[in-house]
Amino acid sequence: MAQSDLFATRRQSAQAYILRRILTNPPAALGAIVIGLMFVTALFAPFIAPYAYDQQNLDQIEKPPSAAHWFGTDALGRDMFSRIVWGARSAVFVILMVTLVNLALGIPLGALAGYLEGWADTIIMRVADILFAFPGLLFVFFVASTIKPGVMHWARSSGLSELANTGYLDYAVVILALGVIGWAGLARLIRAQVLTIKQREFVLGARAIGVPTSRIIARHILPNAVTPIIVAMSMGLGDIALSEGYLSFLGIGLQPPAPSWGNIIAENAGRYWRQFPQMIWLVFIPGLVLAAIVFAFNFFGDGLNEALNPEISD
Amino acid sequence: MTAFILRRLLWLPVLLFFISLITFALGVYGPGDPLQVLLGLRANPETIERLRREYGFDQPFHIQYLNYVTNALQGNFGYSLVKYRDQPVGALIAQALPVTIQLNLVAIFLGLGIGVPLGLIAGLKRDSWIDLLIRGIVIAGISLPIIFLNPVLTFLFSRRHDLVFAAANLKFSIGPILPMVQGYWDGIFSAKVILPAFIESLGIIAVMTRQMRAGMIEVLSEDYIRTARAKGLRERTVILRHAMRNALIPIATILGLMMGGLVAGSFLVENWFGVPGVGQLAFDALFARDYYITMALVLLIAVAYVFSNLVVDITYGLLDPRIRKA
Repeated sequence: MAQSDLFATRRQSAQAYILRRILTNPPAALGAIVIGLMFVTALFAPFIAPYAYDQQNLDQIEKPPSAAHWFGTDALGRDMFSRIVWGARSAVFVILMVTLVNLALGIPLGALAGYLEGWADTIIMRVADILFAFPGLLFVFFVASTIKPGVMHWARSSGLSELANTGYLDYAVVILALGVIGWAGLARLIRAQVLTIKQREFVLGARAIGVPTSRIIARHILPNAVTPIIVAMSMGLGDIALSEGYLSFLGIGLQPPAPSWGNIIAENAGRYWRQFPQMIWLVFIPGLVLAAIVFAFNFFGDGLNEALNPEISD
Repeated sequence: MTAFILRRLLWLPVLLFFISLITFALGVYGPGDPLQVLLGLRANPETIERLRREYGFDQPFHIQYLNYVTNALQGNFGYSLVKYRDQPVGALIAQALPVTIQLNLVAIFLGLGIGVPLGLIAGLKRDSWIDLLIRGIVIAGISLPIIFLNPVLTFLFSRRHDLVFAAANLKFSIGPILPMVQGYWDGIFSAKVILPAFIESLGIIAVMTRQMRAGMIEVLSEDYIRTARAKGLRERTVILRHAMRNALIPIATILGLMMGGLVAGSFLVENWFGVPGVGQLAFDALFARDYYITMALVLLIAVAYVFSNLVVDITYGLLDPRIRKA
């Protein structure tokens, strides 16, 4: 490397450095592009999808891909391309909301446990232990199917029966189930970070001049713990998409006709796996889309991890 | 070390109490009324009332919970309410458990057999194209959703292969692998185990490969490897005798942790391939609102996980004197 390059890299901001490391890592860059595409698709779904996700055309049943129906049509004559495009919106919505719930629970609880130690630490971490001890997906299904009647009942009794009939509450069930269970890992991570960071001199300094605890945690400790949080979150996003797919596949998550990649596969996999041409666009394509998204998040998370922790890769 | 083990053992009953309380609460206040499912919507209210009293569902929550725990401690986890009418839950689990354990053992075996060599190669040929390829395959393995793999692999390996491979005119038949088509589980020594076990092993392969690769990279930079090379040992000896054996230690830990997972069946795989294991039982129970079964299974898996964690922590301390001292 020429000397001028050396100085050039030194002058770069941290963000530019991370961005460059991700862009020069082909799998991570590809992941970023796919994720970007999914977000754009989700945002502009009504403009991208040529049909409504539940619009049936009974003259066009199980038709192979064509100019009018890019990914063909299903047994009810619905356009598969439109359903997959709208499915991106469901997936993005669930991913964002679950992440939000996880962060809202995990950050304060983890930070408190790490900063206060003592009994607060014991209680919070023991609760996390208990959540960890439950078997992953089975517990999510158990919780989702358990809270569903409760959520429905609550909606009906509080005059929201309109809402209960639309399927929006299915989103709430999925988000609650995944959100309430997923914070434990994040809390553990943040606690570990806080435990090391609070030993540093600048925290001691802040305490010495009488900065209140909440401000020390929010302004001095958490900003320094951001890197591992971002890495862990980006690795977890693919899992959230996958869990939503599995829940919807099993009929506990989003219900048809609401579009979700999971329930699109569920509607078609059992019936079409042995019918050769149909299964290509009814099972293979939606499955591949879900796989590509999970792929993208994993690649991107890996690249981000390497970019933020150069010592791992060198 | 002793204090550490003691502390863990003391925490255990508390953990079990909370786990059982949560599962019981979820079960009792949970999805639907099993009696309603059992008797149908037009059932006589008096019959429902009578059965409710018979099963003890009219008792207050804490009494029901106490009864449940007392019975569970004596090995009685209740009876199936709906799906396998009146069969004891313990017997149902005893039937399903060996099947799932066998399937998982095959999956772990596949995961070790494929993952460790892949990780070894990736670690040795670090940053070469082969390393990139292996890492790509590993990420692909954990990214492919089971709900996608199930139908697609079944399709590819079914007798319909003639359609897929028609152009190449390949003449091989892997029909018997397909339990979905054939319908029955024949134990682990039939070819039918291959597809479900392979799908379940993908995650294990990923973990093993990653750990092995990271372990090799770390170990190869150690001083004792330089010493081994400096005293003129052959490269093969250095890698197999000195590097690999040390890189395998964390693999042993992961294997230990997986022992807890042995009892947890994947319901997506077991249901699709018709494997009568724990996952299938959980799947049926969940959808039939047969909550004594679901509760017992969640409890069983949680307990297995907790115990395997404990055993791993203890054996790790015994194996590695550095940890014991700390």
